[in-house]
Amino acid sequence: MAMPQTKDAPETATTEIAVSARNISKNYGDVEALRDLTLEFPRGQLTSLLGPSGCGKTTLLKIIAGLLEPTAGEVEVNGKTVTGPGPDRAFVFQDFALLPWASVLRNVAFGLELRGVAKSEREDKAAKYIADVGLAGFEASFPHELSGGMRQRVGLARALSVDAQVLLMDEPFSAVDEQTRRKFQEDLLALVQNENKTFLFVTHSIEEAVYVSDQIAILLPRPSRVSEIIRPSGFRDKGVDNIRRDPEYLDIVDQIWASLRNYVE
Amino acid sequence: MLTRSLFLKLLSAVIVFGAWQIAGMIPVSYAFPTFMESMDALARMTFDGSLFVAYGETLKPLVVGIAISAVLGISIGLWIGLSQLFDWAFSPIFIVMQAAPLAALIPLLVMAYGIGLTSKVFVVCIMAMPVIVLNTSGAVRNTPESFKEMGASFMADRRQIILKIILPAASPIIFSGLRLGVSAGFIGAILSELKITPTGVGDIITYSRSIADYPSMYAAIFSIIVLAVLFLNLLEMLENYLFEGNNRGYASD
Ligand SMILES: Nc1ncnc2c1ncn2[C@@H]1O[C@H](COP(=O)(O)OP(=O)(O)OP(=O)(O)O)[C@@H](O)[C@H]1O
Ligand SMILES: [Mg+2]
Repeated sequence: MAMPQTKDAPETATTEIAVSARNISKNYGDVEALRDLTLEFPRGQLTSLLGPSGCGKTTLLKIIAGLLEPTAGEVEVNGKTVTGPGPDRAFVFQDFALLPWASVLRNVAFGLELRGVAKSEREDKAAKYIADVGLAGFEASFPHELSGGMRQRVGLARALSVDAQVLLMDEPFSAVDEQTRRKFQEDLLALVQNENKTFLFVTHSIEEAVYVSDQIAILLPRPSRVSEIIRPSGFRDKGVDNIRRDPEYLDIVDQIWASLRNYVE
Repeated sequence: MLTRSLFLKLLSAVIVFGAWQIAGMIPVSYAFPTFMESMDALARMTFDGSLFVAYGETLKPLVVGIAISAVLGISIGLWIGLSQLFDWAFSPIFIVMQAAPLAALIPLLVMAYGIGLTSKVFVVCIMAMPVIVLNTSGAVRNTPESFKEMGASFMADRRQIILKIILPAASPIIFSGLRLGVSAGFIGAILSELKITPTGVGDIITYSRSIADYPSMYAAIFSIIVLAVLFLNLLEMLENYLFEGNNRGYASD
C-alpha cells in the first residue's frame, strides 16, 4: 500500500517546532483522558487532531492553552514551558464563548481590552479583523443577531486580533452548514498561507482534516495517545479547487477511515 | 413594537381600573370606594400638598433602606457566589431572613432600635435584602464556565473576570433580584409605618381608615403602587442602558 505521508520525512526534520507536548497525561478523577501523549507542532503549519469523540482532543488543546493543568508531562511553546495562558496563544472556542451583552466590535476587541490596549487602538484593530473575516457592517450588532457561522467568525476574529503566534481552534466549524464550512476551510487555507502562525485544529471530519492540514495527528480512544501522524503534501499547491479530486487526497481519506473504523464499533 | 407594548399597557390599565370602578359601584363592600372617588381624593391630596409631605417622610426609610440593601446585598451576594466558605457561612442567614415573619420581628427591632428611622430602615432592609443577596449569589455561581475560561485564555486577571465577565453575565438575574427587592422594600416601608409609628403615607392610610375616609385610604395605596411601578421602570431603563445586549437573549441559547 502507498504511504504518501512518509515521502516528505526529511522536510519535517528541518522545520522548526513551535509547540511541543511531551509525555502528557491527564486524569479527571478516575477517568484517564490522556496517557503519555507526545506530539510536536511545526511552526507556520496547521496540525489537525482527529480522533473518536471523548478521546481527549479538547483536553489536550486546553492543556496547551494553559487552561488545564496536565497530571504529568509538560508543554513547551517557543521553547518556554507553559504554566498558564499566555499572549503567545489564542483560543477559538467550539461554543463561541461570545459575550451576549457586548457588540461584535467589543467582543472582537475583548482580548485587547483585557490587555489594557487603549480603546481607539483596539477598536481600529478589531474593525480590521472583523472585515478580514467578512463581517464588515456588523460591528454594532449583538451576538444573538448573528447566525451560527457569523458568530464563529467573531470568535475567530477575536483570536486573530490579539496577534498570537499559536492559534488553538476547537472544532471551529462544527456549528455551520456544509457550504459555509467549505468556504471557511478555503479561508483557513489562505490564513495559514498568509499569516505565519501555527494552527492547532480539532475536527471530527476526516475530509476536513485532510483538506486543511499540513499534519494530521490521529488519536486513539481513551486513554489517548497519538497512534499515527500523517503529512499530506502532494496536493497542497494544486489549488483549492483541485484538492478534493486529487488521488493522494482520496487515498489519505481512505487510509484514515481504515485506521479509525476499528474504534467506531 | 414600542407603540404596541404601550397600547397593551394602557389596555390592561383600562381593564383593571374599569373593574375597580364597577366593583366600587356594586359595591363589593361599603369600605371599597370606586376608582373615580379614589382619584378625586388623590387629586385633592396632591393639590393641598399633604401627599408630598407624607412622601417626604415615607421616602426617607425607603430610599435609605433600598440603597443599603442594593449595595450591601449585591456585594454580599457576590462574595457568597464566589466563595464556598462564604456561601456556607452566610447563605442560611438570608434564607431564614427571607422566610421570617416580619411582623413578629418588629417588636424586637423596636426594642433594640427604638421607634425612629433606624427601625424603619431595618424593616425595609429585612424585606429587600434577602432576595437581592440570594439572586446575586445564585447568578454569580452560575456564570457560564465557558465565559470565564474565555477570559482566562485571553489572560484576564481575577478582578477583570469579576468586573467584565461575572457581573455583566449575572446582571439580568441581579436586576430581577433588585426589582423584587425594591417591591418588597416598598411593602416594608409601608408596613413599618403601620406597625411602628404612623408617619407619612402609612399615617394617611391609618388615619383615613379610622375616620372611614376610604377614598383617601385607597388613594394613598394607589399612589404607592404608582410610585413603585415608576421606580421599577426606572430600574429597567438603567439595566438596558448598562447591559444593552442582555435583554435580547443569550447568543449561546
Ligand atoms: N471536567 C471534566 N471532568 C471529568 N471528566 C472530563 C472532564 N472533561 C472531560 N472529561 C472526560 O475526558 C475525556 C476527554 O474529554 P474531551 O472533552 O477532551 O474529549 P474530546 O476528544 O474533545 O471529545 P469530543 O470530540 O466529543 O469533543 C472524556 O471521556 C470526558 O468524559
Ligand atoms: Mg471536544
